[in-house]
Amino acid sequence: MGRKILIDKVHIEGIRFFDTYRKNGGYASLEKALKISPAEVVEEVKKSGLRGRGGAGFPTGLKWSFLAKPEGIQRYLVVNADESEPGTFKDRYLMEFIPHLLIEGMIVSSYALGANTAYIYIRGEYAWIIDILQKAIDEAKEQSFLGKNILGSGYDCEIFIHRGAGAYICGEETALLESLEGKRGNPRIKPPFPAVKGLWDCPTVVNNVETIAAVVPIINEGGDEYALIGIGKSTGTKLISACGNIKKPGVYEIDMTISVEEFIYSDEYCGGIPNGRRLKACIPGGSSVPILPANLLLKTAKGETRLMNYESLADGGFQSGSMMGSGGFIVLDEDQCIVRHTYTLARFYRHESCGQCSPCREGTGWMEKILLNIERGKGKMSDIDLLWDIQSKIEGNTICPLGDAAAWPVAAAIRHFRDEFEWHVQNPEECLRRNYGLAGYAEPLEAVIS
Amino acid sequence: MQFSENTLQQVKEIIARYPEGKHKSALLPILHMAQDEFGGWLDVPVMDYVASLLKLEPIEVYEVATFYSMYNLKPVGRYHFEVCHTGPCMVNGSDDIIAYIKNKLNIEVGETTSDGMFTLKTVECLGACGYAPMMQLGKFYKEHLTKEKVDQIIDDCRKTASLQN
Ligand SMILES: Cc1cc2nc3c(=O)[nH]c(=O)nc-3n(C[C@H](O)[C@H](O)[C@H](O)COP(=O)(O)O)c2cc1C
Ligand code: SF4
Ligand code: FES
Repeated sequence: MGRKILIDKVHIEGIRFFDTYRKNGGYASLEKALKISPAEVVEEVKKSGLRGRGGAGFPTGLKWSFLAKPEGIQRYLVVNADESEPGTFKDRYLMEFIPHLLIEGMIVSSYALGANTAYIYIRGEYAWIIDILQKAIDEAKEQSFLGKNILGSGYDCEIFIHRGAGAYICGEETALLESLEGKRGNPRIKPPFPAVKGLWDCPTVVNNVETIAAVVPIINEGGDEYALIGIGKSTGTKLISACGNIKKPGVYEIDMTISVEEFIYSDEYCGGIPNGRRLKACIPGGSSVPILPANLLLKTAKGETRLMNYESLADGGFQSGSMMGSGGFIVLDEDQCIVRHTYTLARFYRHESCGQCSPCREGTGWMEKILLNIERGKGKMSDIDLLWDIQSKIEGNTICPLGDAAAWPVAAAIRHFRDEFEWHVQNPEECLRRNYGLAGYAEPLEAVIS
Repeated sequence: MQFSENTLQQVKEIIARYPEGKHKSALLPILHMAQDEFGGWLDVPVMDYVASLLKLEPIEVYEVATFYSMYNLKPVGRYHFEVCHTGPCMVNGSDDIIAYIKNKLNIEVGETTSDGMFTLKTVECLGACGYAPMMQLGKFYKEHLTKEKVDQIIDDCRKTASLQN
């Protein structure tokens, strides 16, 4: 049983509200932080080894230390609550059930960064969560934990919620800033990075909800203590949102030492695959990361047990590994059609491309169309190579990483399941009769768990 | 065309969240309010009104309204069923749910029932993949959808509507 430090208290009745949250140790990290200097808070975060939980896994303390600090210019903290990567629903859980943890983390982080205003950019569809967060903000203000002269320290901080309106691309940090400025969510060319020129051209740090929440236990326990949880450069705990063909979908906080196998099959987590079916494949870190077939998921190409952490999930690179990404864990059983699943993802990226770069705007559309053709039994063998060619020409040739995010799932599906694409081309009748549910087609896998 | 007094007060509060001169930032939240208050979609006069309220050029409003999927640029029914059909929902049966709704309401995706009551739309991942299949209905999510649940939701909508009329 791993340690839980983020969502361990969600089951306490009333934890959503200030009084209960406070009685259970809430806002202690803020009291502690205000007694030390902002630089010391940054130092603790550095020592913790915390890596950004939004997808890229960039060290948070290091990111904070890049923040430019010109005299007399405002700095901002912006929390990324856009959460739109298919398979990902962990930030929602955190905000819905323990909103004060995010608010507390934001005040501590703003203090550390010397920001007096912080925004939460939340995806527009999470409408009811906005009310929950607003209530938490109001409560914190009433209690002087937020607002002017917080707890008599002389430090002022305001938090505002900014509601998006449906656009995955606004999760990309520079598109998010454009959107926060009231514009279309077109990513900016970097550099300059937000840490130098961000919101309204002011130095800005953009961090994921879970990253900012993790600052609370880091300050409470100390960065060194936090770094003891987990393994190697995967310190602390990680929220994983698990979905697809599993018995117990949901949000789990894991210690990054457990194996993928344990995560999928143990009753403490996903509880295995329903209906006696076998595991076929998994996208372990949100739709953008490479899909892995069951054999490469549970063991690396070297035959080592694969663990649920940044290094182990990436072991083997794109040839035989994947990524931790956002922690959106999508499990597919033996009845699922990889071509169809990949098609839905291609459609997603085409829908979400902002349209600024031609490889992404055009390429995502072509990939969607070709995949749909193959899935419907209208594909040709050469289409598979064409798909490969298109994805390889998007990757690395665009303004923002959405292009890569659209290319990778297609590349990995072809890399690991090329025979299934070929099967679709060779069995057009079969495809027409059944859109999905290719039982008996999936490579039989050894029952991996006794 | 004008917002209610109450909404105008909220508009002021929203503008105050941003620094002096950065009132354009209030555009997204205010478009949401306009859509809620003026019939569920953003007609050109509505966008022009928002532009005048925020002292923006109308084009600045149009280019934003056309970018984001939550803004409706055409009228929608009183109840807007936005069913997710991305991978994780698809493997949990969203296609069957969509087919069932189409059949039951006798409309295609993107259409509105002739009584103006229901619109069906498919949407991409809404961050509820673990509670699939699901749809958004107004401010809330309806999750773990089954045919029976869909029947119930449609009945509830009809009942609420007849009480409100
Ligand atoms: C297309 C795209 C979508 C993204 N969506 C999100 C998102 O929904 N939430 C998020 O936190 N980060 C998202 N990111 C990553 C952000 O750009 C940024 O790296 C992150 O918010 C930084 O926070 P972190 O360091 O705490 O992870 C996305 C990136 C890309 C390229
Ligand atoms: S890669 Fe795609 S989403 Fe990113 S800026 Fe270019 S067109 Fe827009
Ligand atoms: S795939 Fe439907 S909510 Fe995520």
